[in-house]
Amino acid sequence: MKPDDILALMNEPACAHNAKTKSGCAKPQPGATQGGCCFDGARNALLPIADVAHIVHGPIGCAGSSWDNRGTRSSGIETYRMGMTTDLSEMDVIMGRGERCLFQAIRQAIESYRPPAVFVYNTCVPALQGDDIEAVARTASARFGVPVIPVDCAGFYGNKNLGNRIAGDVIYRHVIGTREPDPVPPAAQRPGITTHDVNLIGEWNVGGEFWNVAPLFDELGLRLLCTFSGDSRFREVQTMHRAQANMVVCSKAMLHVARKLAEDHGTPFFEGSFYGIKDTSQAFRDFAGLLGDPDLRDRTEAMIAREEAEVVAALAPLRRRLAGKRVLVFTGGYKSWSVVSAMQDLDMIVVATGTEKSTEEDKARIRALMGPDARMIADNDQTALIATFHECTADILIAGDRYIYPALKSRIPFLDIDHVRRIGYAGYSGMIELARNLDRAVHSPVWDQVRRRPSWTPPTA
Amino acid sequence: MAEIVLPTKALTVNPLKASQPIGAALAFLGLAGTMPLEHGARGCTAFNKLFFMRHFHEPIALQTTAMDQVTTVLGADDNVVDALATICDKNHPSVIGLITTGLSEAQGADVPRTIANFRAAFPHHDDVAVIPVSASDTRGCLETGFALALDAIIAALIPATPATVTRPRQVNVLVSAMLTPGDIDAIRTWIGAFGLTPIILPDIGDSLDGHLIPAGFSTLTYGGTPRAAIATMAESVATLVIGRSIEPAADRLRHRTGIPDWRFPGLMGLESCDRFTQALAEIAGCPIPAAIERGRGRLQDALVDCQFQIGGARIAVAADADLLATITGFLGGIGAEIVGAVASARAGFLAAVPSDTVVIGDLEDLEWLARDRGADMIVTNSHGAPIADRLGTALLRAGFPIYDCYGAYARAWVGYDGSRRIVFDIANSLSAHYREIRPYRSRYWQGTPRDEELRGCTPC
Repeated sequence: MKPDDILALMNEPACAHNAKTKSGCAKPQPGATQGGCCFDGARNALLPIADVAHIVHGPIGCAGSSWDNRGTRSSGIETYRMGMTTDLSEMDVIMGRGERCLFQAIRQAIESYRPPAVFVYNTCVPALQGDDIEAVARTASARFGVPVIPVDCAGFYGNKNLGNRIAGDVIYRHVIGTREPDPVPPAAQRPGITTHDVNLIGEWNVGGEFWNVAPLFDELGLRLLCTFSGDSRFREVQTMHRAQANMVVCSKAMLHVARKLAEDHGTPFFEGSFYGIKDTSQAFRDFAGLLGDPDLRDRTEAMIAREEAEVVAALAPLRRRLAGKRVLVFTGGYKSWSVVSAMQDLDMIVVATGTEKSTEEDKARIRALMGPDARMIADNDQTALIATFHECTADILIAGDRYIYPALKSRIPFLDIDHVRRIGYAGYSGMIELARNLDRAVHSPVWDQVRRRPSWTPPTA
Repeated sequence: MAEIVLPTKALTVNPLKASQPIGAALAFLGLAGTMPLEHGARGCTAFNKLFFMRHFHEPIALQTTAMDQVTTVLGADDNVVDALATICDKNHPSVIGLITTGLSEAQGADVPRTIANFRAAFPHHDDVAVIPVSASDTRGCLETGFALALDAIIAALIPATPATVTRPRQVNVLVSAMLTPGDIDAIRTWIGAFGLTPIILPDIGDSLDGHLIPAGFSTLTYGGTPRAAIATMAESVATLVIGRSIEPAADRLRHRTGIPDWRFPGLMGLESCDRFTQALAEIAGCPIPAAIERGRGRLQDALVDCQFQIGGARIAVAADADLLATITGFLGGIGAEIVGAVASARAGFLAAVPSDTVVIGDLEDLEWLARDRGADMIVTNSHGAPIADRLGTALLRAGFPIYDCYGAYARAWVGYDGSRRIVFDIANSLSAHYREIRPYRSRYWQGTPRDEELRGCTPC
């Protein structure tokens, strides 16, 4: 990928980060960097497209330690869970056989698994060597009659966020707009209810959590052309240009796709989240607002009232057990405040929140939620995080999976909110699950057992 | 405090309970050179022998007085004398455990007098200890039968002498039926780590651990506590008692010998293990060995690693009282919720089970509780497998019999290491049975390829 292209991807006018320098997000500090690369980000963004063969072009390092490691779920076909890589060898590299390997790999994937499309992810070694994956993809596509989509996302281009952007860009350029949506099936039509076509962008269906929310879309007459990319299919991604409204879920990196759809197809979009009661309700309100259908608006309000009453009643006993518990939220970005709001829905006290990937706008929302003295942690140093936890006398840490074992070794109750979990927290019922898991973690009898000194140890030791 | 719910059903379905005689036989199987002899009809013994053979994958020493219809009516004392003499002649045991059954108890057999008859008629077999146990199967369960036999062994083989601690590094260990051969080995190693020598009574860790011997097949037990060792128990520095079902036996030993005892309901979980370690340190007068500290730290790590999976897990348990109390206590201590507790027979200490109720009942009760209360896992013997299948829950096999799993007897549940392995096993099993959010299929998919996909989910 050319430096200019990378720079262009970093320029995202719809992003609140954009006002700052064009170095992208914070540069990695050699020797003190956590977090994944560009390839990681690109593949994570596209892997949930469940019927596609995802081929990682490179030596085994890239796919070998990371295939089938996502919590994203499919309601049917599971081709995406098959780990596929060209597994380049020393001789392949020396002899420059990478392109040939890739071509044959694509052939094998198509012959064995008959996918509707093949995605090829470029990695550092073939990028360095100069493999022309675009040309291979073009040739293979013509030869086998299956779309082959090159995703040029070598790890050294940048961080995960850039990878997300590359993924969105590739999809926009190569996939979206290549097919028209199916007609609405007559059996799905209900009298008096207008069907509106919408997309979600940046919803990953972690642990199947979107299935908590999907029935409500059906109920309101909102047909999801594509939930990009959780539990989606290639042929659905192709039709995303025909939506009447888009929602960007919890992801600054995917704003690019929504902005392009707005520019080229005039589709309005909004940013939202399905974490927490208020945010879930707001997402449906925003859809109704953008679609400008008064009947939809009324039905949305009725649905929200019903769902909220139900969840509030179900949460009452859990809220009693969680009220006043002190929580340190360390998620960064959008979640830094959307999770804060979810915790406050449970009457928990958020003592601090991470702002590593948050925008100024995110920070403003945090201050609005937590007060002007809100403690924000910009650093992603694990030792410092643990120290902050103790300083704040917090009861539980909510963070991504990178922090799980440092927290557990420190005998700190922990709730995982990352993308490898199997538990779904989205939507109204997800909130109940979240509260239940918080309750279990905070009140586990294990903490007392692991903190207490054994009887044979002198108290001063 | 758990409320004890007594059975009101006329029909027991899928029994949890095994009989007192079988438990008594198990205790004798932990003595060296021993033949348990059941005073009853031949079928009792045949069933019991098979029960243990399938559980331990071992030949099981067990004989019967083979009462028939005539002797049942006219008196079966001669059967007993005959059986004792035959076993002595053919097998040359060191001990014969003479266990009554429902039949001989109902008949009113006078076992002590019969033994006196045997002694009078066969004085050359005086070196064989004959230990009578009254163990009707109309009462109690496997565990209480085991406890009765242990009490009888102590009464018969340990002389009532004032305590004379001539073996300051020797400790007595009385164990209940809930401990597996693997458990007993773990306890032996644990005690050994403090430089102490245990005499474990009964020692199925030595006899039923599953080992080949040069002699090949033996009609008697393949090991176990030797009579000579039992005779020295009055000289030990302390007694460790593991399990509440054997408290009467422990009381008897203490009254007989005056040796101080330390009692432990069970040895699963961090706190129980810590208490045992602390007691060993006090008895031995030495610091905690590094290996034990490391094992403790590992268990702690496993507890925090697995609490996500185990925390809030809904578990229903059915077992004999001691095992039920120990396992439920352990599960509660690692964050699980006990949604059903079924015991095969009553015991005073069941009130301490961390559950709203303890049902005295069968595996049908377990199934109903597990289904009504949405259990994620059931813990019981191998008969729980079809129940777990029907309910779609995870199953942890515990108790007797375990017949569909190799090496169940070798598993150690106790100690830091044993508890840790069980924590892992429970977490893995729960994880394998985790109920994820059910896929939702949109109405708008009708007639599209998405709809076709539902019929075949695998790639072609």
